[in-house]
Amino acid sequence: MPSFVIQEKCDGCKGGEKTACMYICPNDLMVLDPVAMKAYNQEPDQCWECFSCVKICPTQAIEVRGYADFVPLGSSIMPMLGTEDIMWTCKFRNGLIKRFKFPIRTTPEGAANAYDSLKGKDLESPMLATEEAENRVIPRPKELVK
Amino acid sequence: MALPNKPKGELKAVKDPDVVEKEVDILIIGGGMAACGAAFEVRKWMEPNQTVLLVDKAALERSGAVAQGLSAINTYIGENTPDDYVRMVRNDLMGIVREDLIFDLGCHVDDSVWLFEEWGLPIWKKDEAGKTLDGKKGLKMGTLKQGAKPVRTGKWQIMINGESYKRIVAEAAKKAIGDTNILERVFVVELFLDKNKPNQIAGAAGFSVRENKVYIFKCKSCLIACGGAVNIYQPRSVGEGKGRAWYPVWNSGSTYYLGMKVGAELSMMENRFTPARFKDGYGPVGAWYLLFKAKSLNGLGENYAASEAAKKELQKYAPYGTAAITPTCLRNHLMLFEMKEGRGPIIMDTVTALAELAKTMDKKDLKHLESEAWEDFLDMTCGQANLWCATNTEPEKKNSEIMPTEPYLLGSHSGCCGFWVSGPDFDWVPDAYKIKADNGKVYNRMTTVFGLFTAGDGVGCSGHKFSSGSHAEGRIAAKQLVRYAKDHADFKPELPLSKEQIVDMVYKPVRTYLQFAGYTTADDINPNYIKPNGMMYRMMKATHEYGAGTATFYTTNNKNLEIVMEMLQMMREDCEKLAAGDLHELMRAWEIIHRIWTVESHLRHIQFRKETRYPGFYYQMDYPGQDDANWFCFVNSKYDPKAGKWDIFKKDYIKLIP
Repeated sequence: MPSFVIQEKCDGCKGGEKTACMYICPNDLMVLDPVAMKAYNQEPDQCWECFSCVKICPTQAIEVRGYADFVPLGSSIMPMLGTEDIMWTCKFRNGLIKRFKFPIRTTPEGAANAYDSLKGKDLESPMLATEEAENRVIPRPKELVK
Repeated sequence: MALPNKPKGELKAVKDPDVVEKEVDILIIGGGMAACGAAFEVRKWMEPNQTVLLVDKAALERSGAVAQGLSAINTYIGENTPDDYVRMVRNDLMGIVREDLIFDLGCHVDDSVWLFEEWGLPIWKKDEAGKTLDGKKGLKMGTLKQGAKPVRTGKWQIMINGESYKRIVAEAAKKAIGDTNILERVFVVELFLDKNKPNQIAGAAGFSVRENKVYIFKCKSCLIACGGAVNIYQPRSVGEGKGRAWYPVWNSGSTYYLGMKVGAELSMMENRFTPARFKDGYGPVGAWYLLFKAKSLNGLGENYAASEAAKKELQKYAPYGTAAITPTCLRNHLMLFEMKEGRGPIIMDTVTALAELAKTMDKKDLKHLESEAWEDFLDMTCGQANLWCATNTEPEKKNSEIMPTEPYLLGSHSGCCGFWVSGPDFDWVPDAYKIKADNGKVYNRMTTVFGLFTAGDGVGCSGHKFSSGSHAEGRIAAKQLVRYAKDHADFKPELPLSKEQIVDMVYKPVRTYLQFAGYTTADDINPNYIKPNGMMYRMMKATHEYGAGTATFYTTNNKNLEIVMEMLQMMREDCEKLAAGDLHELMRAWEIIHRIWTVESHLRHIQFRKETRYPGFYYQMDYPGQDDANWFCFVNSKYDPKAGKWDIFKKDYIKLIP
């Protein structure tokens, strides 16, 4: 299901050094045509349909069309990624529409605790830094083959 | 869009790229769960004067197997024991596993899951009445670390709202290692041993996929964590749909290639994973079996897996086949038997399962159940949700087909190929499972190359780590990377090749292209070179037809293997003539080299193991059935980079946990 870019909606991320879709695509598929100032998927048959570009596009210019090999025409699924939830609109070929909202995280973006001040003490022990800090005990197998 | 004689990409490659040289103590290659685990842990152990660099082919925020998200964490020990975790993994992988590595992982994996929850990953909980609470509501019951009960689907899996799983994990990783110590969009293509010190890792080379720049790294210790190998066999969908691989399509076997090329010993490369998934969309089936209690039926509507014939067949593979949970390969084996006997297709009976569940539910709960079914896809395989929409499939009204996919190579899921690494330095771990460096010290997760470590898909003989276990293993390895670098503080890495030689090697496909492009009017067709796209099809066709791909229902034999080996040899020779006109194509050129070497090692191992250890994953038809008397052992192999020769041999399996 390759992603595609809608001409009218794409502004090439306003001439920035790289577009949002180029930044995020895990497979280096999204590129900017510097003359047209529009992004496109340069290798649709290597698209994992991960929707990373769809979710990140600031102008909602990217959608996905089902793989030609096996997906009948006429459906679409579109995400709206918020800070706490993702909203999906799923449109069936027969016109049925289903909407779903799923939580994505319980903390504000950027709040992940990296334990910056935590410094490990015993480099020779099998403990990870957080385990060492809490004096945890690494279990031994309860029984061993004799 | 392509004009004659123009490379397709927007970022044209030039003959003489800039060169950036960097020297650090610790080099982390990869950006997925294992590399993020390493990034989180590494600086907590580093001395102030030590340096680190993480190099990712993509952007950390959405790289690796969890880029799209996940709907479950498949390894959480919780109320279980690491001992039972070993038993489960051992049974699923037909007996031959490294119990030291699995037990060790089981001791640390929960700590990573607790961190994920603290960072903001929503983990489903059960309330007092046994009802499911997701998102923030789950926190009302407290955290897992505080003892709250997760929603278990199986004994080891817990449900999450995981759309942003990777973003959350990457956020913590980036903060911990520091933005200035991360290099994104740089593809590492070769490792180097030291010029002077035998069998010691010294550095790596790669290039930017964004600008004409070759990177040369020197290091004292190095982690390779670049995932498994995908699209090494012709996939079932060969048009646009070949991007819809079950595992991430960008996993090109780089972990295995990088290590094997410097002589690190591989283990169990014959083991592969061919998951049975919803047909074409490759959506997950786990929640359907475990959470919704659905059954799979053959084309006649029979629950074939519960039949007498199936039970009899499973008995042939006792004790694994007769265990409470049937090993993954044997579940495939039963499915393939139905298909070959003409009793396909295999159908997941979602209609009956949801109707059964609806009997005990009110309208609101039913709505939530429907939403859970869709979230299972939308969190991790969006395309499967679209396939349902496109085929007017409402799972409560219409069943869906399932099918075993093309083969994948990995070490973190229900497969266990990878490197032979050192176990932890405990008294209960046998010496044969420990690897000592030149100083006599044991370094957990170190490969047989001194200073070279791996984690996640890279560690062989210990599957079922999944996302959480890969993260934990990256952390375990990170501490050892620091320890190794500290113990070898005086080591000054020196590369065996000059700067010019390295640039020539990395940019060879570009130079080949620039030399010959223009001879013909069609850029892709030129007798002086081959484009990576063409080479990809050549490899896929060969492995598909001869190497136990879907073409032959995963069967092969000695003669077929002999033929495919010759073909692969010629492919490796022809890779000298790969051509790339732009930076994206240069990435594809190196990826296909990595894939060819990786799948060759897989087939060498299949050739060596004269039995069929994993029926359902592959069949060596000259040696059907398991042969415990001769083959209850690991198969290891080692490529000698100096001689350009392979050595393949048996290694003893040692049972540790009763």
